[in-house]
Amino acid sequence: MSLIEVKNLSKSYGPIQAVRDVSFSVDRGEVVGFLGPNGAGKSTTMKMIAGHVRADTGTASIAGFNVADQSVAAKHHLGYSPEGAPAYGEMTVREFLRFAADLRGLADPAESVRQTLSLCRLEEVAAQTVDTLSKGYRMRVGFAQAVIHDPEVLILDEPTDGLDPNQKFEVRRILKEMAARKAVIISTHILEEIGELCTRVIVIAKGEVRCDESRDKFLARGPDLNAVFRKLTA
Amino acid sequence: MSPAPSSPSRFAPLIAIMRREFAGYFRTPLAYVFLAVFNAFAVSLAFFVGGLFESGVASLDRFFLYHPWLWAFLAPAAGARLWAEERRQGTIELLLTWPVTVWQAALGKFLAAWLFLACALLMTIPVAFTVGYLGNDGSNWNIITGPDWGVIVGGYAGSLLCAGACLGIASIASALTRNQVIAFVTGFLACFILVLVGYGVFDELLAGILGSGGVDEIRRLGLWRNLEPFTLGLVDARPIAYFLSVAFAGLGLSTIIVERR
Repeated sequence: MSLIEVKNLSKSYGPIQAVRDVSFSVDRGEVVGFLGPNGAGKSTTMKMIAGHVRADTGTASIAGFNVADQSVAAKHHLGYSPEGAPAYGEMTVREFLRFAADLRGLADPAESVRQTLSLCRLEEVAAQTVDTLSKGYRMRVGFAQAVIHDPEVLILDEPTDGLDPNQKFEVRRILKEMAARKAVIISTHILEEIGELCTRVIVIAKGEVRCDESRDKFLARGPDLNAVFRKLTA
Repeated sequence: MSPAPSSPSRFAPLIAIMRREFAGYFRTPLAYVFLAVFNAFAVSLAFFVGGLFESGVASLDRFFLYHPWLWAFLAPAAGARLWAEERRQGTIELLLTWPVTVWQAALGKFLAAWLFLACALLMTIPVAFTVGYLGNDGSNWNIITGPDWGVIVGGYAGSLLCAGACLGIASIASALTRNQVIAFVTGFLACFILVLVGYGVFDELLAGILGSGGVDEIRRLGLWRNLEPFTLGLVDARPIAYFLSVAFAGLGLSTIIVERR
């Protein structure tokens, strides 16, 4: 059984078909790069897998639990960071992570918070409110709440968006550390990230899967990844 | 890191959300402004508008008389942030992808806000003591036996239930928008109508439209009409059922609205 199973997912917003019959599965140890232009349906697909948006048709499951019927069980195995890494701005980083740990009913919430602060290198801003953080730290806080319970499935919507090269390196380092034990989906439009981080690539455009293949196969499509991307998403 | 628990307590998310929301009021000056405004108005309306002192009667009914007005204004003020703030900050997407049902989240938020309103109400206890003190005949006064505590406790219980009903309405308003100001104004208007129902002028207006039979039915829905028995020391199931139904209907509707959007 794959940790993430997506079968024939479709979603329309009024007359606009955002996602059209998308199917794929992700196994433990895989890091899937979810590529596509803005408005291609990447975020909508991720939201449907995370159980935030209800699919019109099709099913998604996480660790064997259907996200529509067994949503709470599915969400215990999921770490999700939405686009822009929203967080409660008036809470300190420590309070926010403690809230996430308490809500998830973790056995030792204080210890989970301590380990996550250390893993994501957030100790020095732990007592600052989220509102006062720089974008780089904010993104890391979003990432931290997604991994605090050491989930089997990790879905990150543009986790490196707007970060400087050092911060991107940092996020990739943490991801690489934990990727072998998890099934990970990362959406991005930074093509260099594919080579560094992903084991597999899914390209989505106009709500449809245009390509689903291993990283090496994708990189072999041509020396200019931007041209490859334009051709696939045209 | 701790692995996800196999059978986490059903109450863990509820309690976590309740604690966060309740503490959230005190993270901004809003809570203190709210408590001050509530107490200032509760006391001054009773003494200056209601003539609590001049009435010469050691009863709190003139104090509770204005509570529907206060709750109609302040319950939406306290409830506006419940969902609107989650939408504005985008955290609703986090909350709803954490292992919590919308119902648990809505109940946790509602209970936290209700507890906050209860704190505001409890701060007016000195009014009850004052009336109790003034009401004694001066010879053999005793704080326990002096005032009619049953009636006073009944009034406070009724007022708290009334606050819960207004908060239920405020939760619906908050679930409908990402703008706290709109949530507040909409919630206030809805509660305001329930306050007006049962007041003479408004009833005459309605009678013109519906006939007197219809008005009688509608008057039962007014907030003061249902609060009044509590302040007279009458315990009746109907007003309790009324306030709780409004509160839970609001809670249920706000849950459905959040689930659907």
